[in-house]
Amino acid sequence: MASYPDGYKYTKDHEWVSLSGDRGKVGITDYAQQQLGDVVYVELPEVGAKLKQGQSFGTIESVKAVSELYAPVSGEVVEVNATLKDKPEVVNSDPHGAWMIVVRLTSAGEAGALLDASQYQDLVK
Amino acid sequence: MVPFGGWDMPVEYSGIVAEHMAVRTRAGLFDVSHMGQIEIAGKDALAAVQRISSNDASKLAVGQAQYSGLLTGQGTFIDDLLVYRLAASHFLLVVNASHIPKDYAWIAEQIKPAGDAVAVDSSSRYALLALQGPAALEALQPLTGVDLAGMKYYWFANGEVASVRATISRTGYTGEDGFEIFVPPQSADRVWQAVLESGRAADVVPAGLGARDTLRLEASMRLHGNDIDETTSALEADLSWIVGWKKDDFIGAPALREQKAAGVKRKIVGFEMLDRGIARQGHDAYIGDMKAGTITSGTQTPFLKKAIGMAYLPVEHTAAGTEFDIDIRGRRARARIVPMPFYKRPK
Repeated sequence: MASYPDGYKYTKDHEWVSLSGDRGKVGITDYAQQQLGDVVYVELPEVGAKLKQGQSFGTIESVKAVSELYAPVSGEVVEVNATLKDKPEVVNSDPHGAWMIVVRLTSAGEAGALLDASQYQDLVK
Repeated sequence: MVPFGGWDMPVEYSGIVAEHMAVRTRAGLFDVSHMGQIEIAGKDALAAVQRISSNDASKLAVGQAQYSGLLTGQGTFIDDLLVYRLAASHFLLVVNASHIPKDYAWIAEQIKPAGDAVAVDSSSRYALLALQGPAALEALQPLTGVDLAGMKYYWFANGEVASVRATISRTGYTGEDGFEIFVPPQSADRVWQAVLESGRAADVVPAGLGARDTLRLEASMRLHGNDIDETTSALEADLSWIVGWKKDDFIGAPALREQKAAGVKRKIVGFEMLDRGIARQGHDAYIGDMKAGTITSGTQTPFLKKAIGMAYLPVEHTAAGTEFDIDIRGRRARARIVPMPFYKRPK
């Protein structure tokens, strides 16, 4: 059984966001990586891209399927995890550590409405 | 589990990549019982098979099999199949799961002019397991009296596997050495367990539909519904070798002869991606600004570790080394035509 970090917030689309001040690290959940299977490709936005909550910020591709990645919060992309370009399989081995982008939040209230770890656990059980 | 041709089938057991690598380096066991079986028997069974199957079945000895096409009058694919010669006048056709009723109806109708021959859909009488990979022989041999090492590629024999009546053929859909095992459905589970048990030392693993697809694509084997269908001819699919050019007329022969004389306008190619990205079935191929064709299969291959695929392109753009673009969800990515097969097993 996967454990979902308590400090993270989760979306119904299976992304997580880890907040620190006005920054949020974004990744996908263990449940999502299990559903996708072996991840072979992660396509991410450029630094500077402006995202609205719920908007697609990239795609993740496994051997069997392609999925959109949705921004859990609105903001500007300030960092992109370049290591996923060559090691996309880290999303499978360490989903809650393999962050994809860091967003500088533009609406602080949004994250509060996301799911907490126990609510997310209920969603995927 | 996913629905597939009326069956619930596992896409993966331990993961597509792990299963794919197991088949390339050790062996994997697939349950492909969904495949259909149609038998043709009777005094004129050979003439009947010759009429509906594109390859030349007269070349088959009893105990031998061949890959072939079930073609329309236009020389395009209703289905592709394996033809086994069980006896001089008794053939077994192995067809794709989703096409069994369509294939059977077509065959039953089209063999009537051939004389004394009947077709029977015997799909429910067979379960089919495929043990594929370099360790297949050593895993299977302890379970059977059939001399597997002496069995040539695309030959088969009757015998027992784990004390279950079975037909074993040296065939497969992965590009590896291996065997397909036809058994009565009620005994399939027993044979499945016995093969896994026997293969434990060689680390043989169960493998699903996902790996079956990446393996066959790496080996450049066409998939009906993707790379061949009722819109693509045997020549366009570069499968001239399964057309019995020298035999008497068969369904599709006049159209294929005409197409061969005139030359095809488009042809299947294998490609690998130069830019990052994975082309998938249905993506458009471009030469410059011209939409030139469609991707029929594409994936990231676990063994070669490349994004590869197949597409139909205008014949003047099909030389190896030719570059073209693929529209991957709105983004153009560069690809290069490479010779097929992408993967060939070491001898």
